[in-house]
Amino acid sequence: MFEKEKIKKIKEKRVSWEKNCYLKAIKENPERKQKYKNLSEIEIKNLFTPEDIAHLDYPKDIGFPGEYPFLRGVHSTMYRGKLWTMRQFAGFGSAEETNQRYRYLLEHGETGLSVAFDYPTLYGYDTDHPLARGEFGKCGVAISSLKDMEILFSGIPVDKITTSMTINGPAAIVWAMYIANAENRGIKKDMIGGTIQNDILKEYIAQKSFIFPPEPSMRLIVDTFEYGFKQVPRWNTISISGYHIREAGSTAVQELAFTLGDGLEYVKAAMKRGLEIDKFASRLSFFFNAHNDFFEEIAKYRAARRIWARELKKLGAKKSRSLLMRFHTQTAGCSLTAQQPEINIVRVTMQALAAVLGGTQSLHTNSMDEALALPSEKAVRIALRTQQIIAEESGVTDTVDPLGGSYYVEWLTDKMEEETYKYFDKVERLGGVIPAIEKGFFQREIAESAYRFQKEIDENERTFVGVNRYQLDEDISIPLLKMDEKGEQRQINRLNNLRRKRNQSKVDTNLQKLRKAAEGDRNLMPLILDCIHSYATLGETCDVLREVFGEYKEPAIY
Amino acid sequence: MSDLSSSVLKGDVRSIARLITLVENDSSDAIESMKKIHKHTGRAHVIGVTGVMGSGKSSLIFELAYSYRKQGKKVGVIAIDPTSPFTGGALLGDRVRMMDLSADDGVFIRSMGTHGMLGGLTSAVYDVVEILDAAGMDIILVETVGVGQAEVDIVKIADTTLVVLVPGLGDFIQTIKAGLMEIADIFVVNKADRSGVEQIVAEIESMLDISCKTDRRIPVVKTSAKESKGILDLLDEIENHMIYLRKSKVFETKRRKRYEAELTEIIRKRLMGFIFDESKLKKKVEFLIDQISRKELDPYTAADEILGKILK
Amino acid sequence: MERKIRVLIAKPGLDGHDRGAKIVARALRDAGMEVVYTGLHQTAEQVVKTAIQEDVDVIGLSLLSGAHMTLFVDVANLLKEKKMDDVLFIGGGIIPEEDVPVLKKAGIAGVFGPGTPVEDIVTFVKKNVKR
Repeated sequence: MFEKEKIKKIKEKRVSWEKNCYLKAIKENPERKQKYKNLSEIEIKNLFTPEDIAHLDYPKDIGFPGEYPFLRGVHSTMYRGKLWTMRQFAGFGSAEETNQRYRYLLEHGETGLSVAFDYPTLYGYDTDHPLARGEFGKCGVAISSLKDMEILFSGIPVDKITTSMTINGPAAIVWAMYIANAENRGIKKDMIGGTIQNDILKEYIAQKSFIFPPEPSMRLIVDTFEYGFKQVPRWNTISISGYHIREAGSTAVQELAFTLGDGLEYVKAAMKRGLEIDKFASRLSFFFNAHNDFFEEIAKYRAARRIWARELKKLGAKKSRSLLMRFHTQTAGCSLTAQQPEINIVRVTMQALAAVLGGTQSLHTNSMDEALALPSEKAVRIALRTQQIIAEESGVTDTVDPLGGSYYVEWLTDKMEEETYKYFDKVERLGGVIPAIEKGFFQREIAESAYRFQKEIDENERTFVGVNRYQLDEDISIPLLKMDEKGEQRQINRLNNLRRKRNQSKVDTNLQKLRKAAEGDRNLMPLILDCIHSYATLGETCDVLREVFGEYKEPAIY
Repeated sequence: MSDLSSSVLKGDVRSIARLITLVENDSSDAIESMKKIHKHTGRAHVIGVTGVMGSGKSSLIFELAYSYRKQGKKVGVIAIDPTSPFTGGALLGDRVRMMDLSADDGVFIRSMGTHGMLGGLTSAVYDVVEILDAAGMDIILVETVGVGQAEVDIVKIADTTLVVLVPGLGDFIQTIKAGLMEIADIFVVNKADRSGVEQIVAEIESMLDISCKTDRRIPVVKTSAKESKGILDLLDEIENHMIYLRKSKVFETKRRKRYEAELTEIIRKRLMGFIFDESKLKKKVEFLIDQISRKELDPYTAADEILGKILK
Repeated sequence: MERKIRVLIAKPGLDGHDRGAKIVARALRDAGMEVVYTGLHQTAEQVVKTAIQEDVDVIGLSLLSGAHMTLFVDVANLLKEKKMDDVLFIGGGIIPEEDVPVLKKAGIAGVFGPGTPVEDIVTFVKKNVKR
């Protein structure tokens, strides 16, 4: 990147600076730590200079935003053209309560919706299923049927606003409910936009809300890709996620490597079925964590874009739209403390800033009380304001990729890429992503990192403000979210009503058709849609698939 | 401590569990009960399951237990995981694969650590087999760690020993410890839906062609949990093996060997306990070890002294 | 041989976040205990049945989904029914302070929320184990 002669001179000057200035200084005042290592255990040295990035070729390795390799951003204007979508993940209790929260958020300036479902829904159980006991609405909204979906989005213009739904095992079915609801309101499939998370591989690795075994799950996912680009072209049929992998305890490098590895696996699966890469690849999206180490996170997002573009090119993608990686970011839940909860606002601000400097397309900021409960109105409003302040007051949106060219950031971007490819090789040698999952490779890596991190905190090698340093003995007194206690009964009544009023024989016929198709290899989306339109419940539809596909049992890896 | 034997014989779960804990802790409270139950043992078919790590032993055991339950048999499962020699602790996770059976009253599953034995099964395992047997189990499945001596020692306790392998080991078969390949009464190639199945079956068969010592040809059974295949074949082969044992009278010989091993373990433990733990001899032993360290004495002479004291 | 403390670590209900449970299981193992880890999706019946068969001294449940008032209490009631009062019952996860007194009254001896140093849990178990 720089003239060889100039670099030589800089090197000489650096050596003399180290000898005359730096070493003298640390002799008198040693540095605070023996070694500075970031959260991925990469050693960070005291100073970065042009030497560290001299090997880079600007046009080839760094390039321009909106063009391959997309390191500096997926669009040429980035936030000068359009700000990231402010999309707060929300959901609790019954559809009525959550609908109210959505309206509140939209009123206060959020620009996209994001649905959190409760555990029974995530596992494909109706609210009245025995395993749903005690879990209704606790960590998200309960959606057992199309009726609930109708209430959830009542009064919300789904043709004008995009919705992201965090659902995996039963993603195809919940997506069908969203589509059916829009259709019933006269909104055609090609007018709705949004995302379904639909990333089963990371469920096996980290989040654990899987239902069926890997093979049939992949089949369902490719079904959604196919249906998506043909019928619902504005929809992102997958959000390949690293967030949960990070929350489970992985390092940033692992988050990057495992997520991209999963992504490539999905691409290969779709290609195996004969889908053209340039037809579906532009509808793949990603979801990353924004954790504490500011520069590491920024480097991570940049490296992600470059690696993905390169790898997809290798697989034969030709269109620009297929190569550019779009992603949503959420600030790290696991970095929040229950102690002195107000300070979480500060953490979230820094993490959100990293995501913005990393070029995210969409962002969720956590609320200060989320280590204790689901966010209260005030807390989520502050979280939203955090994004708005960054967008409007900080000036970081004035130019594209402001940190491009930083010696540290470019070096770290390269380093993370290097470490990622090492993981790609490891997984390759294990036979690929799914064999590696079955061998417990990812789970073991994550458990190891999680344990190491905890030890560092317990042994005071790593400071966790408010937890192992700067503690405060106080009663935590912030208002926590209270849910409607009558919500569960209301939901069960609604379910019973629904089962009574619908055309049962139509439901039975549709479920039968679905069962037959699931045993074969037809695309299941149209059949699932039929079931949903006739008001089959989530549980009933999933049960059919459970019968045909079986249920997945995970190995125990610590 | 009340005598647990009668409630164990009735199959009371709490008593079974409590007695197992007592024998695991070498509690003298257990001895009375153990003495009483011995004559009520001998009915259960003890099946040892061993093999390389990652071969899916736990899932296989789950499938076997499930099938035996369908036959109306009562099943006991002993799942052994390594105890850390440094901390003395153990993470016992084999039950995870068997959780669907945990609601079934006809199945008793117990997780045990290896208790830092340098290899080999602790005498506690023999005791637990006796307890489960006396409590009325028809089948007792013993799953051992895939490394160390324990995998070979399983033959001492089991009537039928299954050695579980998986495809993709390739030339690994040559390098697998000789002992593991010799103790099998039945070879199981698990995860047989993977590629490389025929290869590994062929390797095992050719090894058996060369070195099979008994008059019974050791069968190789392919199983796959994914495709729900092979379990019935495996059950048949286990049944066949039992028939063979009884017909050929090898059964009595095997059982006799088990009791010999068990007696040896009990004596060894008591003796070692007496020498190294009892305060009378302990001080003397410590003193002798110091002398050995200072080269004032050699280990053989020291042993003579200690044994001399006991055998007097 | 010194008696080892036997601990059951389980996650009741549908919550799949096992990072904490696994770390606690490892830490207890490193402290010399025998830990029976049964993993996810346990019902109250499964937890108690396992506790009986494994004759554990301690039951540790982890829950982050908010369903602790139902699921932890279910287990506590079942333990009472089976007269298993010699078992130490502890819990962890996302449990608001205001719920802790109710849980303690039901029989849960210790509740360990986010930020708890793992050593504290080990110490608590060693100190409060009943047998």
